[in-house]
Parts: sequence; C-alpha cells; structure tokens
Amino acid sequence: MSAGKIDPMEQFHVAPLVRPIHIGGFDLSFTNSALFMVVVGVLLAVLVSGGLKRQLIPGRWQVLVEMMVTFIDDMARVNIGKGGKKYAPYIFSLFFFILFSNLVGVLPLAIVPGLHTFAVTSHITVTAVLAFFSFGIVMFVGLAKHGLKFFSLFVPHGAPGWLMPVIIPVELVSFLVRPFSLGLRLFVAMTAGHILLEVFASFVVQGLNAGGIGYGVSILSFVMIVGVSALELLVCAIQAYVFALLTSLYLHDAVHLH
Amino acid sequence: MTDLGAMYIGAGLAAIGIGLAALGVGNVFGSFLEGALRNPGAADGQQGRLFIGFAASELLGLIAFVVAILILFVVKG
Repeated sequence: MSAGKIDPMEQFHVAPLVRPIHIGGFDLSFTNSALFMVVVGVLLAVLVSGGLKRQLIPGRWQVLVEMMVTFIDDMARVNIGKGGKKYAPYIFSLFFFILFSNLVGVLPLAIVPGLHTFAVTSHITVTAVLAFFSFGIVMFVGLAKHGLKFFSLFVPHGAPGWLMPVIIPVELVSFLVRPFSLGLRLFVAMTAGHILLEVFASFVVQGLNAGGIGYGVSILSFVMIVGVSALELLVCAIQAYVFALLTSLYLHDAVHLH
Repeated sequence: MTDLGAMYIGAGLAAIGIGLAALGVGNVFGSFLEGALRNPGAADGQQGRLFIGFAASELLGLIAFVVAILILFVVKG
C-alpha cells in the first residue's frame, strides 16, 4: 500500500477510546469495538423493554416486539422440535445481537466528520466467541441429557458396519468444524461487504481527484455503492438468520440425537 | 517475477473460488425457485433447508476469500 491510497482495512482498526488500561498483563481498554457492543445492547434493551407493557390491546411498539418473539419462537419450535421453547431466549439474544450489530455497522454515520460506525461482527474474536457459546451449549445440553450416549451422534442410523471406520471420523470432523464455520461465515461476510463498500468509495474520491473521465467513474461507483449497500442490508439479515438457524439445528442434534 | 507480484497472482487465483461459489449459491436459489413454482404450497415449509444449502455453499466461497486476504495481508513476501 503506497501513500495516498485509501486503505480499505483501516475501518477495522480497534483502538482504545480514552487511554489504554492494562491490568495484570491484559489489555482491558475500552475500545471502539466495546463502545459499539454497548450501543447495540442499549438499542436492543430499549426496543424490547418499550414493548413490555402487556396491554390488552397492543400498540404498534408492542406488536413489533411480539412479532420478534414469535419469529424466534417459531424458529425454535420448527427446528429444535419438542422441548425447543427452552432455548428460544438464547436464540433470541443471538439473532438480535448479530442483526443489530450488523445493521449498526453499515449505518452511514461517517457523513458527520470524525464519527464512523464500527461493525462489531467484522472481527473474528467476537463471532468466534458467539460460535463457541453455541457449541458449548450444544455439548453441555447433549452430555447432560444423554450422557455418553450423546456420542452415538457420530454413528448414523442404517449405515452398514464395515463403513464405520470411515464414517465415524468424517462425522467427528464435521462436528468439530462447526464452531469454526459458524464464526468464520459471519465474520467473513461482514468483512467482505465492508471492504467492497470502502473500495467503491475510494473509486469515487480518486475519480473526483482525477477529473475528466474520472467523473464518469465516480458516478458509476456511487450508483454501485447504493446497490451494494442494499445488498449489504440483505446480507446482514441473512447472516444473522443463518447463524440462529444453524445454532437451533445443532441444538436439535443435541436434544434429539438425530 | 518478484515475490510481491507472485503474491498478487496467487491472491487473484484464490479469488476464482469465490466465483465458483457464486455458481453454487445461484444453483441453490434457482432450484428452490423452480421447485417452489411447481408446488407453491410446500415452498414455505422448506425455507429453513433453503438457507442451510445457501450457508453451506456460501461458506466455501468465503473460505476462498479468506485465503486471498491471508495471501495479501498476512504472508510476508
């Protein structure tokens, strides 16, 4: 990267907001990432608590919150099956935390100088923690519910005996890869989208600086940004949905063993 | 050819995988739409499976993207 070019990776920079705090050899600074996690948490808390008035005739706000709850309840009921309602609160928190942090990440707040949003989920440290939470809950539920019988998950029904030496390692690997694929998918989808937007934005700036045919490039790139932003909104929702859906499917495996 | 040039060529080659994953994702949604138009009544019940197929084929493209990014930013030429 030579000087004067716009570095598309700069937007993912995590920096302490006030000053670095080091306690016992750990960096515990309050960073921009932490700030946006707090923002997402507060937004979600305000949205949900506003709809908890339990009126007999619900207002608009309460209907919205009821729709959110019903959506997750249906997902848990359909995908986890019997006894799935127990896990709905976890899936609710997961889905709406991811959805809100994705959406807050693409807010065009950079129009105000000095202010720019930070996509929490564009860092694998955050998404991997969420994925390992899901994986840990699946392991815990499976072992607590079925004991050592949980490991029959790796033996598919109806497979002939001579196939077992092949199929058990394959199933084991596919089980162990789950948290990585879950975290990686969300992280990469968000990172790729933000890099794409930044690259087109740098085309706009550089085209304006170049003048002449550059103006045409700028206009085309700007139109492209609008389109890609719309696609990004779709990807935000789909990735949150996929994360919650796969978590509930893995929970189905743990609860019912196939 | 310099090491840096070879790195950029490698990253470009890794990016081919993203296009191949695009074929896969298109196939998932195209087949779903084809089936859904034949039997619209059954379409809503299969949306979960649609997104599982989407997630599985998309993941491979995203891994290709990760490889390209690793070559560009992590490998020191």
